[in-house]
Amino acid sequence: MSTTRRGLSERLVEEIEGLLPRYPTRRAALLPALHLVQEELGRVPHEAVVGLAELLGLKPAEVEDTLTFYGFFRQDEPLGRVRVWVCRSLSCSCRGGEELLEYLGQKLGIRPGQTTPDGRVTLEVAECLGACDYAPAMLADGTLHKNLTKGKIDAFVESIRQDASSGGLPGA
Amino acid sequence: MSDYQPVLLANIHREDSHKLAVYEAAGGYRALRKTLREKSPQEVVGIVRASGLRGRGGAAFPTGLKWSFLPEGHPGPIYFCVNADESEPGTFCNRVQMEHDPHQVLEGTILSCYATRASTAYIYLRYEYPLAYRRLQDAIAECYEAGYLGKNILGSDFSLDIHIHRGAGAYICGEETGLIESIEGKRAWPRIKPPFPAVEGLFRKPTVVNNVETLTCVVHILDRGVEWFQSLGVPPDPDNPRDAGSYGPKLYGLSGHVNRPGVYELPLGVRCGELIEEYGGGVWKGRRAKAVVPGGVSTGLMSQSELDTPLDFAGPVSVGCLGLGTAGVVVLDETYPIIDFLYNSCRFFAHESCGQCTPCREGTRWALRILERIKGGRGRLGDLDLLAEIGEGIGIIPGTTICGLADGAAWPIKTALRKFRDELEDYIRRTNPTGYMATGPAEAVDVAEVA
Repeated sequence: MSTTRRGLSERLVEEIEGLLPRYPTRRAALLPALHLVQEELGRVPHEAVVGLAELLGLKPAEVEDTLTFYGFFRQDEPLGRVRVWVCRSLSCSCRGGEELLEYLGQKLGIRPGQTTPDGRVTLEVAECLGACDYAPAMLADGTLHKNLTKGKIDAFVESIRQDASSGGLPGA
Repeated sequence: MSDYQPVLLANIHREDSHKLAVYEAAGGYRALRKTLREKSPQEVVGIVRASGLRGRGGAAFPTGLKWSFLPEGHPGPIYFCVNADESEPGTFCNRVQMEHDPHQVLEGTILSCYATRASTAYIYLRYEYPLAYRRLQDAIAECYEAGYLGKNILGSDFSLDIHIHRGAGAYICGEETGLIESIEGKRAWPRIKPPFPAVEGLFRKPTVVNNVETLTCVVHILDRGVEWFQSLGVPPDPDNPRDAGSYGPKLYGLSGHVNRPGVYELPLGVRCGELIEEYGGGVWKGRRAKAVVPGGVSTGLMSQSELDTPLDFAGPVSVGCLGLGTAGVVVLDETYPIIDFLYNSCRFFAHESCGQCTPCREGTRWALRILERIKGGRGRLGDLDLLAEIGEGIGIIPGTTICGLADGAAWPIKTALRKFRDELEDYIRRTNPTGYMATGPAEAVDVAEVA
């Protein structure tokens, strides 16, 4: 998709403008707009920050102020196609969640916060996923993986490999 | 209590429980129809106030009273925010409600907006709940289609729009003024109060922020009446004029070392041990409980000898915990080291402190560094006093911070030190046999990346 001079694609600009009627100020659309940008680009690069500022009547520094507060957004390095969150809070941790995080990291060859060199997977630690009834839990894009075990992690990693070799988009 | 029939969860096991037709077939939106026809907004506020309903999100503030703080005759707009940012470790009941019974959440929201004369509601939903997001989106669309949302709801002169506003992974957005700042597109730094949101909140207009479960209670108070609501739970202590009572049904989220983790609906006041044994199927692996978190990590620890404590708004306080909190009950078995609980809790709060107030921003990190030192085998007995000092010094209660996040960070420290000091001292002696008595400046320890 071609990008406009704002650093945002036409589709993004359209989608963000579609959010504006929900709020009495343009700035209030910033958080949902950041989500849209990251969904499309895998990160929120500087050009998009400038574009969002222009679109929402803000200074780039104001966009950056909000952007950097929330742990969810990436600026420089794009996210992998699948973003995996493994919960490390109490209910998961006390049922082995942190060992499973370690195990998944070893299988993928990366540490939390990193993306596999082929750009397939970004591994993250999560503070309480709110899935304590299914601890230990993991969220991979839109899917909650419940009562995690090493076996389930093996199967998950295998499914990503297969999707990658068939060219599909895992987790989509 | 075993004969109690769930009300808040009555619908969730039905097939397609998230769909409008199923909700309506089970009596859904009956309360809304009746209320719009028969009651004025003021009367609804009066009913909710009379019911004694207290907020289920953690602070237990009386809901009707909160509503009554809105300025009378305000020309509007008045905003309503649904706090669906459920992020307190050990807490997941709202997720279950939104995933399996989104219409109950919406009916409660619509009724509460009618009562407070709000014309726009935002559901602040944490990003980590993708299924709840999809279910709420679909349910909202069904409501517009059916005339439960939009202009002139059910032919009345009441109009309402509901929008979902997704968070971005910050615990502090569950604090109501942090939530408001976040909707406004800013960093979620809690505001200094007063002014309270009821007077000046979202977009500087009068605003009410209520928790998901609280709103679902409103549906049933209007459907079944105040008398029904007060037939459940625990009345106020007549000897304590400040006790507002613990009426109504409550969702308890049980997790950790239990055989059957899950959400259990019971009248407020079930004893902690009964919840674990009779509903949770007991502690896993045939073990005993060492400690139990009564209502999310913020509330601190109860010891095994305190399991008789009723889980109402007063019970956990009576054993030194911060409160009932979110009623996210986490069971830790006899083999689980308290040092690991402390480390996990302090790591969480150091990560989630928003950084606005120095005592919280620095205190939570100092506590984490001390715990890293102890876990790294270089702890000293004096470290426990340092931790205690941090625990006593940060938060609204000692008066050093704007919001209660630091109180939530402090209570796990304070209760662990008070109730499990021997175990913690043993751990330090055992892991640092040559240096546990040392005093003076501690040597620098490489700390793991916190943020």
